[in-house]
Amino acid sequence: MLSKRIIPCLDVDAGRVVKGVSFVELRDAGDPSELGKFYNDQGADELVFLDITASSDERNTMVDVVQKVSETVFIPLTVGGGVRNLANIRTLLNAGADKVSINSAAINDPSIISDAAQAFGNQCIVVAIDAKTINSPPETEKGHSQYGVSSNSQWEVYSHGGRRQTGIDALKWAQHVAQLGAGEILLTSMDRDGHKDGYDLDLTRTISQNVQIPVIASGGAGNPGHFKEAFVDGKADAALAASIFHYGEVTIKETKQYLAQNGIPIRM
Amino acid sequence: MPQIPIAIVDYGAGNLRSVEKALEHLGHKPVITSNPKDVQNAPVVIFPGQGIAGPCMQNLQESGLLESLKERAIENKPIFGVCLGLQLLLSWTEEGSQDCLGIIDGKNIRFPQKAKVPHMGWNGVSQTSDHPLFKNVNDKTQFYFVHSYYAVPYDTSVVIGTTEYQIDFASVIVKDKLAATQFHPEKSGVQGLQIYSNFLEYAID
Repeated sequence: MLSKRIIPCLDVDAGRVVKGVSFVELRDAGDPSELGKFYNDQGADELVFLDITASSDERNTMVDVVQKVSETVFIPLTVGGGVRNLANIRTLLNAGADKVSINSAAINDPSIISDAAQAFGNQCIVVAIDAKTINSPPETEKGHSQYGVSSNSQWEVYSHGGRRQTGIDALKWAQHVAQLGAGEILLTSMDRDGHKDGYDLDLTRTISQNVQIPVIASGGAGNPGHFKEAFVDGKADAALAASIFHYGEVTIKETKQYLAQNGIPIRM
Repeated sequence: MPQIPIAIVDYGAGNLRSVEKALEHLGHKPVITSNPKDVQNAPVVIFPGQGIAGPCMQNLQESGLLESLKERAIENKPIFGVCLGLQLLLSWTEEGSQDCLGIIDGKNIRFPQKAKVPHMGWNGVSQTSDHPLFKNVNDKTQFYFVHSYYAVPYDTSVVIGTTEYQIDFASVIVKDKLAATQFHPEKSGVQGLQIYSNFLEYAID
């Protein structure tokens, strides 16, 4: 049986791993290579590296970090942040990334998804979606006729590391990117991210049940029970977390033991 | 184990560096090459793959690598196929309705859409026969998969491992000195490295 995946995420800024609370407050949590090896040894199923400030600072992604990590870590690596074009994707894949995550660039021009899927195969194209609950629905539909926010929208997509409102409906966007050839969706709840009170199960379930590709739940993990909820109630295929692992509050091994004891298919 | 010269076939498919690093980690000096002569003559060839069947087959044809691989298979020289590299060994794939190498009779078909496709993540391999490739690897060990099509070899005696995802499919194939896995050993941690190590030992034996 296919296992549910536990994925530590390493947010990288200037070659160091950091983790922000709701993308604002950054704290230093170590060296990417060492952390990667550490998590590999602990039983992580994959690693995600996100260059969190790349998009807004027009900075390039960390090719040498990926190269270094891929020399010692033999589990899948996903890299994202500031990926703008096919050349960026090719460079990262050649450096040792297995999947590349696209966010703002796909919102600017969704054809990057289909172009990349055709060039490299959809298995390596992850579309990252940062979604936030809509408190007051718009009176009139915003742009993006095909996937714009409308009166019955529940979540809106944000770009540029969560700083820019896009007027895009998260569910319609998820379905659109799947259709364009994305191989996987990395779904972050901006409402929950950094708060450690659990994943947004409603958001996760809604997206996961309405697309035919795997969905990684992200944002809000505070204890092993939250992972179980993400899989059972949220219908997620994988769950991502950062600070809970970085600061040793709970280890990946403990999390996986708990999940296995609770009947979740897990690789031990 | 002595250092074995290994050629990693570069035919426009991704994932080459990961394979190279895994083999280096085992103490070997692999060479990534698109030279048909290297591929024909190397003691061991790894035929990796990630990507789309059509462009990859076209690249193999135009570069002359296709003939080298077929020659090797006829001469029973060691080849290890990975993921798309396994699928291309068969006769045909539903992906773009594409003819493949035809080294193993059979075809590749797409997973039904009853569950999510691609089949992505860690899944168990049931060892359906005893083989040196599985030395020190427990039955049902999990490996990392990512694929939308799966192989259906017509002669099932080549199948030594199967995996369940909606259906039971062939995840490990062996025919003499030719072996192939649908999963990525270079992405499957310690147990994946063990598979490479086992193959090298078996290949030069």
